[in-house]
Amino acid sequence: MKKTDSAAVQPVMKKHMGIKAANRISNTILYVILILMSIIWLIPFVCIVVQSFRVYPTGMSRYLFSHPDISFRWGFDNYINLWKSNFPKWYLNTFIIALFVAVVQTVIVLCMSYTLSRFRFKLRAPMMKFMLILGMFPGMLTMIILYQVLKDLGLALENAVPGLMLVYVASSGMGYYVSKGFFDTIPKSLDEAARVDGATRAQVLFKIILPLAKPIVIYTILTAFMAPWGDFVFAKYIVGVNPSAYNVAVGLQDWLSTSANVSENYTKFCAGGVVVAIPVTILFICLQRYYVEGVTGGAVKG
Amino acid sequence: MKKYDELEYLKLSKWKKFVYRFLSFFASIPLKIWNGIKGIGRFFAKIGIGIANECKDIGHTFVKGDWKTKTSYLVMGFGNLTRGQILRGLMFLLFEIVFIVYMVIPHGGIYWLSMLPSLGKISPSGNGAYDPVLDTYVKLEGDNSFKILLYGVLTIFFIVAFIYTWRANVKQNKIAEEILRTGKPLKSGKDDLRSLVDDNFHKTLLALPTLGIVVFTVMPIVFMILVAFTNYNKLANGVDNELFHWVGMRNFKQMLTWSGSGGTSYVATFGEILLWTLIWAFFATFTNYFLGIMVAMMINKKGIKFKKLWRTVLIMTIAIPQFISLLYVSKMFDKNGIINGLLINLKLINPSQAIDFWNDTAHSGLLARVMVIVVNIWIGIPYLMLIATGILMNIPADLYESAKIDGASGIKQFTKITLPYMLFITGPYLLTSFTGNMNNFNVIYLLTGGRPTNGAASTGEASVGHTDLLITWLFKLANNKGEYYLASVVGILVFIVVAVISLVVYGLLPSVKNEEDFQ
Repeated sequence: MKKTDSAAVQPVMKKHMGIKAANRISNTILYVILILMSIIWLIPFVCIVVQSFRVYPTGMSRYLFSHPDISFRWGFDNYINLWKSNFPKWYLNTFIIALFVAVVQTVIVLCMSYTLSRFRFKLRAPMMKFMLILGMFPGMLTMIILYQVLKDLGLALENAVPGLMLVYVASSGMGYYVSKGFFDTIPKSLDEAARVDGATRAQVLFKIILPLAKPIVIYTILTAFMAPWGDFVFAKYIVGVNPSAYNVAVGLQDWLSTSANVSENYTKFCAGGVVVAIPVTILFICLQRYYVEGVTGGAVKG
Repeated sequence: MKKYDELEYLKLSKWKKFVYRFLSFFASIPLKIWNGIKGIGRFFAKIGIGIANECKDIGHTFVKGDWKTKTSYLVMGFGNLTRGQILRGLMFLLFEIVFIVYMVIPHGGIYWLSMLPSLGKISPSGNGAYDPVLDTYVKLEGDNSFKILLYGVLTIFFIVAFIYTWRANVKQNKIAEEILRTGKPLKSGKDDLRSLVDDNFHKTLLALPTLGIVVFTVMPIVFMILVAFTNYNKLANGVDNELFHWVGMRNFKQMLTWSGSGGTSYVATFGEILLWTLIWAFFATFTNYFLGIMVAMMINKKGIKFKKLWRTVLIMTIAIPQFISLLYVSKMFDKNGIINGLLINLKLINPSQAIDFWNDTAHSGLLARVMVIVVNIWIGIPYLMLIATGILMNIPADLYESAKIDGASGIKQFTKITLPYMLFITGPYLLTSFTGNMNNFNVIYLLTGGRPTNGAASTGEASVGHTDLLITWLFKLANNKGEYYLASVVGILVFIVVAVISLVVYGLLPSVKNEEDFQ
């Protein structure tokens, strides 16, 4: 693999046969590696789709397809059973939470990051330092008390959905780094020009900066929308054992939590996984460009 | 160790330079930590001086101010009201009334504050006391320590907010007097409202995010820090302890001494888990980092076709919610999973020898530990590939061309151009991803749940596993065992570890910048 690193820049001048041949060999090796990698990365997803169509047995199996020891039966029963179980409820719960979080969290993050990027006020630096230090506490620590408080307010256990919305959204101001980095790249002279023309600060934000910030807005919405689909621990702690208020992560994990559950629900879990993954993946692939921009920008700025 | 000056350092051989830098880095750690502590000291000194100055100014304003100003010391907003700033005055007044009402009502601020030192004395009685008049058992409502602590903290926050507002009120009077003395008009309520979308727009924007952070992050953290000094836990019957009290440093002692209550030793468990947490964070961060760069370079190489296809395949893993891929991969490597089936089919192992990837306790769970790191590579490479691709494209191509002309080999180009450039740009990212991995709950909990069980380190009924991180241990202490006070202690210790690492490494980052030459 090391050898290929050199190939980043191949001088055009020295194009004689020896180098060409070496290049072809190294490219072939690279193709082999890339194909192997693609297989490794795709295999779990292929397997999960295949297993989601297995009707019998419903438990785990060492074999993907029928084997002399066991013969499988195939069909759509898992998806039908999924529809009959609590799964649609979980799906709806997660979807509602994700929509709400996507909207509110985006507003909050944009407020925070835009302010920290554009305004210079006395508490700005202390605030940023303080949030950095706050971020060093494990978030799980706050879970214990938030659970108790939400329970007292009637927003935990069977009513966990609004409670979870509140918790996901409340502290989202701390995740301002990526979009602040983006706002920093929009030249300040734009603001100043508009201010000279008599625009208020609010007008500058809504009429000038936001239209320019479309990529980062989409990135924020995308990440905010996707996070609740995967949140597991917080939801589990706050919901307790109330299947009607589960989100998909807690519900699907519950199907695999004991060995008895696994033997009954394993293939149903696979079907559930496919149903959850498909829309999120399609959305993600469509908006990939914005995600890549956000991630790269965020890492560069730290 | 011996300290070299710059000339001496340059004369050293390559290997010696490396050893010297390595040693001096570790030698400087105590100093950095000491500087950090000094920084904290300076911070508090600054706050002290600030408060003293404020007090002086408050006194000054009182002595110099007119009767309106003086009355404002008692009735907030009086100065504003009498000087025609109705809106501001009413806000101040309203705040003061709300504050006073909250403090004096029964079960109000004063009540909670007075209960705070004891956290309540009357324990709730199960069946209640026998009442001879009613000839029945009357259940007594005991004190609820949780509520006392919660509302106590809330009240303290409220008092701080009140003092801050009161100070703002005093300052307003001073400023108003000064403005009136120069003969200019004061700002009207309309001006104030307009400035909220203009000059003070940042206050409008920050109001909601800050409120959320204070209520849902700062206050819970303060509360949980306080819990570390109490004995708040779940009772044997599974109900939360309603009456707990302050225990001082007992919990920290229990966590950090060799023989705790009941002969259990938490410090051994803590040390073992901390060590694994650091090892895990190191490998999880750096394997992803370097392999991610490699993959990005492979895809970026000139002459490789279908670049978009390769990238999309990898990006799929980011798109699919992590819990699905983690749970599924965990089942793939199960004893009865597909991987074992594959190995059996290939005749590499007998069916009876199926490998228990997550439960093999040999060599203190080495197999499971390696497996979580490997699966984490699978999870993490696509992400790093994206980041690295973006940065690699930004490296000026002429750097490579001039290196080529100078006859630099591919490896040399990588170690002298690509890597320094990457490290320079992604230094802060590496740090955050290291601390993020230390607290990477999902990967560990969904893959192994902490398994395989570490019999030696397990205390009481909460089993500790070989792959447990501090964060999953914290979760187990709170969730399975209900020992909230120990969970808080672990949380505080995690904070200290993360803070120390950040402090030490952050000092290192600029030095990385200086030492790497970009030719």
